[in-house]
Amino acid sequence: MPRTTKTASAVRGKGMNKNLRDSLVAYSFIAPNFIGFCVFTLVPMIFAICLAFCNWDGVHAIQFVGLQNFADLLSDNTFKVSFVNTIIYAVGTVPLTLVCSLGLALLLNQKVFARNFFRTVAFFPYVASLVAVAAVWNMIFNPSMGPINMVLSAFGVEELPRWAAGKETAMITVILFSVWKNMGYYMVIYLAGLQGTNPELNEAAELDGANRRQIFWHIILPQLRPTTFFVVIMLTITSFKVYDQMYMITQGGPGNATMTLVYDIYNVAFVGTPRYGYASAISMVLFALVLIVTLVQFRGSSADN
Amino acid sequence: MAQTLAVKTKSAKRQHQIAMVAIYVILIVVAFLMLIPFVWMLSASFKMNKDVFSFPIEWVPSNPRPENYVDIWTKIPLATFILNTTKLTIIVTLLQLFTSSFAAYAFAKLNFKGKKLLFLGYIATIAVPWQAYMVPQFMMMRSWGLNNTHLAIICLQAFSAFGVFLMKQFYEGVPTELCEAARIDGLSEYGIWWRIMLPLSKPALSTLTIFTFVSTWNDFLGPMIYLTKTELKTIQIGLRMFISQYSAEYGLIMAASVIALIPVLIVFLALQKYFVQGVASAGLKG
Repeated sequence: MPRTTKTASAVRGKGMNKNLRDSLVAYSFIAPNFIGFCVFTLVPMIFAICLAFCNWDGVHAIQFVGLQNFADLLSDNTFKVSFVNTIIYAVGTVPLTLVCSLGLALLLNQKVFARNFFRTVAFFPYVASLVAVAAVWNMIFNPSMGPINMVLSAFGVEELPRWAAGKETAMITVILFSVWKNMGYYMVIYLAGLQGTNPELNEAAELDGANRRQIFWHIILPQLRPTTFFVVIMLTITSFKVYDQMYMITQGGPGNATMTLVYDIYNVAFVGTPRYGYASAISMVLFALVLIVTLVQFRGSSADN
Repeated sequence: MAQTLAVKTKSAKRQHQIAMVAIYVILIVVAFLMLIPFVWMLSASFKMNKDVFSFPIEWVPSNPRPENYVDIWTKIPLATFILNTTKLTIIVTLLQLFTSSFAAYAFAKLNFKGKKLLFLGYIATIAVPWQAYMVPQFMMMRSWGLNNTHLAIICLQAFSAFGVFLMKQFYEGVPTELCEAARIDGLSEYGIWWRIMLPLSKPALSTLTIFTFVSTWNDFLGPMIYLTKTELKTIQIGLRMFISQYSAEYGLIMAASVIALIPVLIVFLALQKYFVQGVASAGLKG
C-alpha cells in the first residue's frame, strides 16, 4: 500500500516534465513531414491567395491590383470556355466512372474464378503511364487509320466519328479515356467498402424473399453510402483539375473544345509572357469550385443521415 | 412441403447458374476492354511503321521488327530519362514512407497539444488541388534556385498529407495495448514505431508505396514545369517529347511506351496482394 502511494506521488511530481517530454517526442515524430508540408504546400497556398490580387511577370516588381484580375476573367473568353468545359467534363466523367466502378466491384466481390486476375487487370490502366496509354489511344482512335474506325467502317458506318479531331467528339473521347483509365482505382475503393458491409443482412433479406435488385438498392447501397460519398468527392476533385489527358489527346483542341481550367492556368503562367497573378486568379476559381462542391456534398450526406 | 422446397432450391440453383454465366461474360468483356490497348501497344512495338495500322489487325506481326527496342535507346537519351526517374521515384517513395508513417504514429498513438487542430489542417489541404498553387510554388522554388533541379521534384512529392492520413487510419486499427506492453518492456516511442508499428503495417505501407511510386513515376506536369534541361528530364517528359517530335514513328513510340510501363507493372504486381487489404484497413472507404 505505501509503495503505490509513493509511485503515484513520484509520477505526479514528474507529471509536468513527463507531459512536456511526451509532447516533444510527439512533435519530433511529426516534424519531418510537417516542416516539408508547411514549406512546400502551406506557404505556396497562402502565396497563391495573395498573388491572385497582384500583377506579376516574374521579372518586374509585384504590383497590387485589387480585384482587377477577377474583373478581367469575366471578359476572358478562353477562361469562360475552359470553365464550362471543366464542368462538362466533370458531369460526364463522375457518374459514368461511379457506375462502372461500382458495377465492377459488385461483380468482383463475389467468389468468382480468377478474381485476383480480374482485379489486377481492371486496376492496371490506373497505374499505367498516362503518356504511354494516351499515345495508344491516339493511334487506336486515329480517325483515318485507327482500328476503331476500321471496325466501324467494316460494319458499314458511313459517317465515321473523328474522335479527338472532331469538335463535337473530342470531349467524349477524352471522357471515355478517363473512365477507362480511372475506374479501376474507384473499383478498389468500392471493394474495400464492400468488405465493410454485413453479409448477414443480405442473407436475411434473401430469406425474406427479396430479389437481387431489391437487395442491391435497399441493403447494399445504403451500407455503401460513406464509400460513395468519398468516391464522388474524389472523382469531382480529380475531374476539376484535369489537364494531362487533354494535353496528350487533344492539346485542348480542336479550337478550344477541350480547354480546361488547369490547361488555361498552365498556358497563362508558363506559355509566352508569364502572367502569374492572373494565373493565380484562375486558380482561385478552381479552388472555389472544389470547395463549393465538397461543401455541398458534405451537407447533402449529413442531411441524409 | 419438402417437395416445394426442393423445387424452389432447384430453380434457385438454375437462376444462380445463369447469373454466374452472365457475370463471367461481363468480366471477360471488361478484362478485354482493359487489356486490349496494352496488347495492341505490345504488338505495334514490334512492327514497322507501315504495318502498325494494317487492317485487319495483325496481333502477331508477320515481319517482326525487334530493332525498335534497340533504336529507341539511341533516338532519345532513354537511359538518362529512366535513370533520372528511377532516382527520383526511389527517393520520393522512401521519404514519403518514412515521414508519413513517422508522423502518423504520433497522430494515432501519442497525445500532445494541438493534435486535433494539426490533423484537421492536414485533412483540409488534401482537398486543395496542387494545380491551384503550383504557380506560386514554382516561383518560390525558382527564387531559391531550385528550378531545373531534381531536388525540386523531391520536395514537391515527398511530404503529402494523403500519406499521413492513410497511415494514421491504419495505425488506429493496431491495438493500443501492444504499444503499452512495449513501453513497459522499456522500448522508447521510436523503438515502438520501428519494431512494432512498421512491421505490422505492411498492407498500408504497400498501398502507400504503390500510390507514391506510381504517381512519381508517371508524374507529368511537375517535371514539365520544373525540368527544362534534357539531361534532367524524366521518362514521361522524354517520351512525350519524342512523341511530338517523331509523331509518325509509331513503332518506336510504342516500344518506348512499353519500356516506360514495365517498372510500374513490376512494383504493382509485387505489392498488389496487399493492396485491397491496405485500402480496406486504411479506411479509405470514407
